[in-house]
Amino acid sequence: MTEQVLTVENLAAAYRKNTVLHDIHFTVNAGSLTGIVGPNGAGKSTLIKTILGLHPALSGKVSFFQSTYEKAKRKIGYVPQRGSVDWDFPTTALDVVTMGLYGQIGWFKWPSRFHKAKAYESLEKMGMADYANRQISQLSGGQQQRVFLARALVQNAEIYFMDEPLAGVDAATERAIMAILKELKAAGKTVMVVHHDLQTVRDYFDHVLLLNRTVIQYGKTDHVFTKENIARTYGGNMRWMGVENQDGLPSIQQ
Amino acid sequence: MTYTAWIILTAALVGLSCGLIGVFLILRKTAMMADAISHTVLLGIVIAFIITREVSGMYMVIGGILAGLLTAYLVQWLHSLEVQHDASMGIVFTTLFAIGVILIATSAGNAHLDVQHALMGEITFIPFQTISLPLLGDIPQATAMLGIVFLVVLFFIIAFYKEWKITSFDPALAASVGIPVLLMHYLFMSLVSVTTVASFDAVGAIMVVAMLITPAASAYLWSDRVSVMLVLSSLFGVVSAVVGYLIAAWIDTSISGSMAFATGLVFLISFLFSPTHGWIAKYVRPKQRGYVKE
Amino acid sequence: MGSLLFSSNTQWVLLSTTILGIAAGTIGSIAYWKRQNLMSDALSHAALPGVVVAFLLLGEKKLFVLIIGAAISALIGALFIQVIHASSRISEDAAMGMILSIFYGLGVMLLTISNRIVSGNQSGLDKFIYGQAAAMVKTDVFTMLFLALLVILIVFLLFKEWKIYLFDPVFAKGIGLSIKGMNIIYTALLVTTIVIGIQAVGVIMMAALLITPAVSARYWTQSFKMMLLLATFFGGISGSAGTFISAYGSGWPTGPFIVVVASSIFIFSLFFGKEKGILVRHMQFRMHQKKIALQPPGSRQREWNK
Repeated sequence: MTEQVLTVENLAAAYRKNTVLHDIHFTVNAGSLTGIVGPNGAGKSTLIKTILGLHPALSGKVSFFQSTYEKAKRKIGYVPQRGSVDWDFPTTALDVVTMGLYGQIGWFKWPSRFHKAKAYESLEKMGMADYANRQISQLSGGQQQRVFLARALVQNAEIYFMDEPLAGVDAATERAIMAILKELKAAGKTVMVVHHDLQTVRDYFDHVLLLNRTVIQYGKTDHVFTKENIARTYGGNMRWMGVENQDGLPSIQQ
Repeated sequence: MTYTAWIILTAALVGLSCGLIGVFLILRKTAMMADAISHTVLLGIVIAFIITREVSGMYMVIGGILAGLLTAYLVQWLHSLEVQHDASMGIVFTTLFAIGVILIATSAGNAHLDVQHALMGEITFIPFQTISLPLLGDIPQATAMLGIVFLVVLFFIIAFYKEWKITSFDPALAASVGIPVLLMHYLFMSLVSVTTVASFDAVGAIMVVAMLITPAASAYLWSDRVSVMLVLSSLFGVVSAVVGYLIAAWIDTSISGSMAFATGLVFLISFLFSPTHGWIAKYVRPKQRGYVKE
Repeated sequence: MGSLLFSSNTQWVLLSTTILGIAAGTIGSIAYWKRQNLMSDALSHAALPGVVVAFLLLGEKKLFVLIIGAAISALIGALFIQVIHASSRISEDAAMGMILSIFYGLGVMLLTISNRIVSGNQSGLDKFIYGQAAAMVKTDVFTMLFLALLVILIVFLLFKEWKIYLFDPVFAKGIGLSIKGMNIIYTALLVTTIVIGIQAVGVIMMAALLITPAVSARYWTQSFKMMLLLATFFGGISGSAGTFISAYGSGWPTGPFIVVVASSIFIFSLFFGKEKGILVRHMQFRMHQKKIALQPPGSRQREWNK
């Protein structure tokens, strides 16, 4: 039943003088929900960008569905960090979600009523139907993130990459997003999420990829997300939370 | 048509084309690219003249487009080497412009190519150089060229409307759904160059900059839809052209200078009185711009 | 031609463009770190209406008077850019583009009117705006030298203040440095350099002299102090070498040659600079690739896990 959707072999990437990522090997199976976890500067965003070809790789090979990125493009959805776009852009929430379909609509054609309906449906799923015609700068941070999620959903991809979708959002949005991610997983889709809150890793993800410039460990959360492995990932930058922390989960002192 | 009507029509065409292009210059946050390209097309025009030894519209347009694309390419290249974006523009356009001026001074000594004229433009003489076209009869050469350019710009804006929108808003998403972001960038820069070259002779480089940036920035204060911005911006361009002409006629001064100044008046009104993003509205209803509660 | 080079006027011009290049290099480095490279372009255009108004009001072409007019007008332009950017959704570069073209348009309007009113006397005004170093007279040169040296002096006296102001304005505020005060000094120095440069090299070329040496210097050093000194050096070389070359042809414009020299230094730095130059960068990329290829998989991992 386990189909390999993503294989990364010997991947490395650099920003000028510094090698940010090296020696990255892992294979992701279909239907998994993975949290990518590691300290600041560990290369979490760079890993996603390099896998998607948005950042040049020094070496290595990435294959999707046993094929190349170019061939699998339609099956890949990417949710960049919310801060990567200008929310003052004069457009509505519905329009942003419709943009997820532009690739399928094709050249010289305008989005039809069918496309708009699909986008609306996706907004509805994220609990944002009431805001469909609102200018995007008038949305709160959490609502903007939901719009981004809705845009990814409308793409109907097989594998999703999300860069910190839970950063700076309210509790209601966090619950809504996690519900959708679990729904995607239940539907057999694969989701990779850059995540920064160690407290919630166990609840949210069935797989964890511990990253600090290289893959420290990757696998089922229960096996991988141990004190020792976390300590190896975060090095000295860590303070144990003591008695009140039943799970023995660390909090990070940034 | 009368002499005045030709001048206003010509300027209005500049306002229309620049207004449309300007919207995406503002949304792509490359407004100063208008300034850069409006200067470097000079180099293209000078080289076209040196090669062909004639001041012909067609060669000038080709030279201008090539120079504009060269500017866009060099700026992009330097930026990819981590030179700050505005520094890349500053270095590239001043260098190409300087080469253009040197070429004029050293080898292209010709009355038709005068730096000052290029910067300020002279719309006054436009109606005297006419060509005859089927159906339309005798019309000024610059007006005919600007008419064609307007149609070209309109076609590309409409045909690739959704591509312009997505590549301006979120280039990373655009790339991931298979839209050639870089190609669209260069296509856009070609449109900026074509518009600039065509307007160059009529109104001069600096007024092209005013017409490209100011009406679009004003429209940005009135609307939260790209489509509405496009309509408003081109409308503001035409209004600026007409008001500018009236001011120039009233106090008897440079027409293109007045038109650039008139775009400033349109912006001032927008800046103060726009109901959504205006200065006064912000003080009258300070609560309105906050986030909507969930 | 040789005699032209040694004529005393040319020597004065050479001296003033050199000092101008030095001043532009220093203040340009600060503009670079403020990420306001194109501000100089905007402000040099915005100076035009002030020049014409000063000329119309006082009816004479004294450099000092024109400079004051230019400075007032450029400062108003800077203020407008600031206000538009801060109190609306318009980005800074759009605000610069607007102020640049609108002020220039206004300047052209006024210039046309002034040409009509004061006939015969305006050719000099055109020269002032488009830059003709050779047309400068000795009193002009003295005015320029004085102001340029003042700019250089203030930049170097406030060296450590610039450093924290640019690097960490919040911290600077915390230790009692007035950011507003620094902003005012910076804008005043920038405007002064621009307006004294306009006559020598022209509106557009002045922007190049402020931008290019600073960016070139960035390719040779990581230290702010060294960058400032190098930009000063590159600016000075551009000013003097450009003037020298332009003196060889009759009627050759000074400004564009200065720009071409500055750009040549930039291109050289871009390729061979030791910090981020293309050559060094290429070698680093190769080195990384080799390093990764040589290591057996997993070997580096242990190193990281220590």
